[in-house]
Amino acid sequence: MAAQNCLVANDWICWDYVTSRSQELTDATLEHVWITGVSVLIGIAVSVPLALLARRGRRWAAPVLGLTTLLYTVPSLAMFSLLLPVFGLSAALVVTGLVLYSLTILVRNVLAGLEAVPEDVREAARGLGYGPGRLLWQVELPLALPALLAGVRIATVSTVALTTVGSIVGKGGLGNLIAPAVNSSFKAQVLTASVLCVLLALVADLLLLGVQRLLTPWTRAGAGARSGSRSGARPAAPAQAAAPAPAPAKEA
Amino acid sequence: MGVIGEAWNWLANGANWAGESGVWHRLGEHVYVSAVALAIACAVALPVGLFLGHLGKGGTLAINISNIGRAVPVFAVLALFMVSPLRNAGYLPTIAALVLFAVPPLLTNAYVGMREVDRSVVEAARGMGMSGIQLFLRVELPLARAMVMTGLRSGAVQVVATATIAAMVGQGGLGRIITAGFNTYNTPQVVAGALLVAALALLVEGALVAADRLLLPRATSR
Repeated sequence: MAAQNCLVANDWICWDYVTSRSQELTDATLEHVWITGVSVLIGIAVSVPLALLARRGRRWAAPVLGLTTLLYTVPSLAMFSLLLPVFGLSAALVVTGLVLYSLTILVRNVLAGLEAVPEDVREAARGLGYGPGRLLWQVELPLALPALLAGVRIATVSTVALTTVGSIVGKGGLGNLIAPAVNSSFKAQVLTASVLCVLLALVADLLLLGVQRLLTPWTRAGAGARSGSRSGARPAAPAQAAAPAPAPAKEA
Repeated sequence: MGVIGEAWNWLANGANWAGESGVWHRLGEHVYVSAVALAIACAVALPVGLFLGHLGKGGTLAINISNIGRAVPVFAVLALFMVSPLRNAGYLPTIAALVLFAVPPLLTNAYVGMREVDRSVVEAARGMGMSGIQLFLRVELPLARAMVMTGLRSGAVQVVATATIAAMVGQGGLGRIITAGFNTYNTPQVVAGALLVAALALLVEGALVAADRLLLPRATSR
């Protein structure tokens, strides 16, 4: 009897809620996943060129790093609101805001990864006749991958959390379920959506960890280097090596 | 005139600054809630982080707390507080959520800062006969200061930024100006509110950087 009336009794945990609203929950989760995914992918696409630009010397590094850090300081609710006149009430608004936040973490990590490529490795590649493009694509980027992926993991986890704030414009994935449920004091909905959100962040983190292991087999101790072109260089993952300065956590 | 111009007009209008839902009152709420939350978070996180760093234990704990802090949405936590009995406790839900989110960066930075102190310096101090407490106060703490301050700064900015989200569950603070604008389709007010919040966050960041430099100018900048 108690189990049947958990929606009426407004219990925190209510399986009836999950089964009766499964469609709504699935839709919100899917929206959450694609908003996060698109934001992180665009973030990577933008941050790699920015990091390459910042690497060209102090003249570029200061403005690039300064600007991306400054953007991080802007509160999410304010960011989404400031972009409102440009995009209107759309998913593009939320995605743009999230991309801007992810840049702070991604640019720093890509830069750290590229700078950790040992100079003798570069020299060797040049000696083998690699041009700048091929050097970047076949030597530097693969070696920067551990740091890059570490950044992607941090950015993804905080983006999953931040997406909820997008509910202010109705594009917040699971946040869309949380916001109205607060007004009506619907406990089961708030708790279920919140838990799903945290689970999503954890699953995304684990998946990316798997991707990181698959893509960078040479970083694992004991594992033999698989591909010949990579066997020459096996630096430790720079961003994750001993006591990293913790990346800032974004609110929301 | 663009939206920014209209937002400026909104800000220039004195009527918008007065009263219960005016800018001054909201700003007061925002600063009060942020300051209380930050103070509590410091009181909790700094001693623990510094002490664990001094002992050299609990590294996994510090990093994990930091990671969990990143994964849990403040908005969800606030929402959970707001559907619990806490909803009638005034500012308490906001403050509690803010404390939860300020603790991870403070704790982690305090811990990492202490651990990053050059081991040979610590050994030398120990060899000179310094006791644990002397080592802590005279060697480790000054050397870890930059890192701890970085944590304090990101914690403070995070608190100010997060206090905005309180408005989404009906709590006070500057975010209310934004949400009120949303509810009345008043875009200039939304943008004006956003500008105010962004300005406050940047101001806090700037003030802490300045305070840091003024207090101990000799410290090496990182």
